[in-house]
Amino acid sequence: MARRRFSYEGVAVAVPITVPYVRYSTRTAHWFIGQALDALVKTSGIAKSDIDGLCLSSFSLAPDTAVGVTQHLGLSPRWLDHIPTGGASGVMSLRRAARAVQAGDADVVACVAADTNHVDSFRQTLGSFSNFARDATYPYGSGGPNSIFAFITANYMRTYGATREDFGRIAVAQRSNALSNPHAMFKKPLTLDEYMAARPISDPIHLFDCVMPCAGAEAFLVMSQDRARDLGLPHAVIRGAIERHNAFADDPVMVRGGWQVDRDDLYAQAGAQPGDIDFVQTYDDYPVIVMMQFEDLGFCEKGEGSAFVRAHRMTHDGSFPNNTSGGQLSAGQAGAAGGFLGMTEAVRQLTDTAEPRTVPDAQLGLVAGFGMATYDRCLCTGAVILGRPS
Amino acid sequence: MTMPLMRPKRKNPVLRTRQMNLPPWARGRVALGITAAAAEGRFELQTCEDCGTVQYPPREACHKCLSPHLHWREQSGEGELLACTTLHHSNDLFFRERLPWRLGLVHLDAGPTLMVHLHGEVGEAPARVRVGARLDRAGQAVLIGFPNEGSAHMADDKMLREMTSDPKFRKVLVTDGKTEVGQAIVRALVKAGADIVWVGHAEPWKKMGGLEDVTALPQVTLVPLDLTNGRSVAELAGEIGGKVDIVINNAEVHRSFGIGSRRGTDVAKAEMDINYFGFLRLAQEFGPALKGRSADGVTGATAWVNLLSIYALSNFPPHGTFSASKAAAHSLAQCLRAEMSPAGIRVINLFPGPIDDEWNQHMPPPKLSPGALANVIVKALRDGVEDVYPGDVAQEWLERWRDNPKVLERELAAGGG
Repeated sequence: MARRRFSYEGVAVAVPITVPYVRYSTRTAHWFIGQALDALVKTSGIAKSDIDGLCLSSFSLAPDTAVGVTQHLGLSPRWLDHIPTGGASGVMSLRRAARAVQAGDADVVACVAADTNHVDSFRQTLGSFSNFARDATYPYGSGGPNSIFAFITANYMRTYGATREDFGRIAVAQRSNALSNPHAMFKKPLTLDEYMAARPISDPIHLFDCVMPCAGAEAFLVMSQDRARDLGLPHAVIRGAIERHNAFADDPVMVRGGWQVDRDDLYAQAGAQPGDIDFVQTYDDYPVIVMMQFEDLGFCEKGEGSAFVRAHRMTHDGSFPNNTSGGQLSAGQAGAAGGFLGMTEAVRQLTDTAEPRTVPDAQLGLVAGFGMATYDRCLCTGAVILGRPS
Repeated sequence: MTMPLMRPKRKNPVLRTRQMNLPPWARGRVALGITAAAAEGRFELQTCEDCGTVQYPPREACHKCLSPHLHWREQSGEGELLACTTLHHSNDLFFRERLPWRLGLVHLDAGPTLMVHLHGEVGEAPARVRVGARLDRAGQAVLIGFPNEGSAHMADDKMLREMTSDPKFRKVLVTDGKTEVGQAIVRALVKAGADIVWVGHAEPWKKMGGLEDVTALPQVTLVPLDLTNGRSVAELAGEIGGKVDIVINNAEVHRSFGIGSRRGTDVAKAEMDINYFGFLRLAQEFGPALKGRSADGVTGATAWVNLLSIYALSNFPPHGTFSASKAAAHSLAQCLRAEMSPAGIRVINLFPGPIDDEWNQHMPPPKLSPGALANVIVKALRDGVEDVYPGDVAQEWLERWRDNPKVLERELAAGGG
């Protein structure tokens, strides 16, 4: 029996920031981090010198690391973390920042994920993404994650009978959500027919199964609830959080993620059941992974993901709101900021600032993370349940 | 079924010759272990000496038991195709120029899951496949999923043809047609479907047997070529250099004895003048032309073959000066390989033991017949390998050399061939 973990009570997640995305930028990651910090300071009213913790996630900082950024932007934190874990970095940053605040190692932690995107950045990132990518995937067609997730999708479809239309429902609902998100890169509606007719990229992955790489940043502040109340900052609270890396390593192809290992722990921390969750922000690098999260986080049984998406409307006003910002599929993937997108959106929903895409009466939201396809699957999984302060 | 490759149409001389964009060549040091085995035609993966786990991608420790005692072991490659995909988009120029491109995810019976290039005869998943390792155009190992039972024309598969150097429909220069070995090579190439075989002959006043037979073949053309003469090499390169797809340098001078049994350096110089300098002259004249045509369609320039000797690895004192000339040629061949690699031209080195010819009259059997050597060359081109040690003697010396080169040196000094 595992030792019972400390709760995350008393910690506030506040000031969700999005630095608007652009397809390509000649700026560096530092510029986007600077913009994010500036917005955190101005929106919160907290002086830059009072930010005493920094947790950073970026793929395009090299040769700098987080500490270089402190000098670049004139910060002097007493707590520093660098989490280059892409799609899982939002959940992982929040967990670490929350513990730092609870322990008194820091009072106000700025969590920032930012990446630039030059015209040739994406191609250059792929071949050097990991040792295994360089040695064992990039030389095979150089499709990047598209071909890896094509295998996972094809295997899932064959094993559980899911169809392209099922994945299309997820993409189409997210596009509908994106239309009321001013930050989303995609501004035009998407129909299921258009989804089905899109050009193939790596069968069965087609164009609208893929995210669009772009430049931008997402950020939020973590502090004690007392501090947030004193400052009058609307905030969400952490009801439970999990992470797991390299789970189910013996599965020859990915059919489930590490969420399945720890989900009972997650719901036990929150004192809630999957049915109590009012909205989810899944990690949507590809629709098949969204469907796996519905299963592995307990919203339906393994293999029933396609029946589940047929039975629900996944728009912000639907029966099962998912990725209410439009997600990466429709808002864009600003590098590591894609791993923060669900977190900032969830805080907006729970602080009543999501305006036209508000989920009615939302009390509990679940944010999942998934990151780092070093070889044949992503290794990092995580999830948090956020709620409203009591 | 693979559709047999049809003879390509004559090239339109107005069109620009496409240049080579190599596939991604970067590999970590550990991963090069797969390349080292594939260069000799084997598929090897890291195996843990302590717990027996077979793992991929290559690592610095066993991922099961953390043992650092990892050894490369040959694999059968049997496995199950779990999923496949056809790429319609690639971030790399080599693949972009060759789309669509088919890939598979294979669960090896031995344990690990592999991403592979898929042979066209492999059907949809699930299917049984056999994985092999091949060198790609960058000279690095890649894994390929083959059908368990291949058809007659499986070598003509579009993807496989990009990896290998099959002589079918290609134009080949064999530098010496006067020897039995040279004539056997010419016959084997014609049988393998070579389009044209140019056969070099020096000193045309010397009438050697067998040359008339091979020159009677419609694919064969005799060309004057004297590797000791830079002008002769340059003239031939000026004439056919822009058309040759494969160079097979089999010209050699082989005399017995070492240092003390002969006075002066004339014989050693003659050996070096063909075996080393002749190779250098040939490489300087023909190398650049090959590099310029390495992406010129399905029959583009593709390979360079050197006839070396197992004596290149360790000196065999009864053939001491010959051994030295072959060691020099081996070293130069490594340089040529490095210089050809940016264009994707494969340099294949053959290290035979004694060949059954007049200059090995005193060597006991087993000796390699010229016909067997010729077949080895064609197979090496088809399989896309890089180093070949044909025959029982070469295999045994290689094993001894790999085990301990100093011990082999002592054994050879004591007459222990």
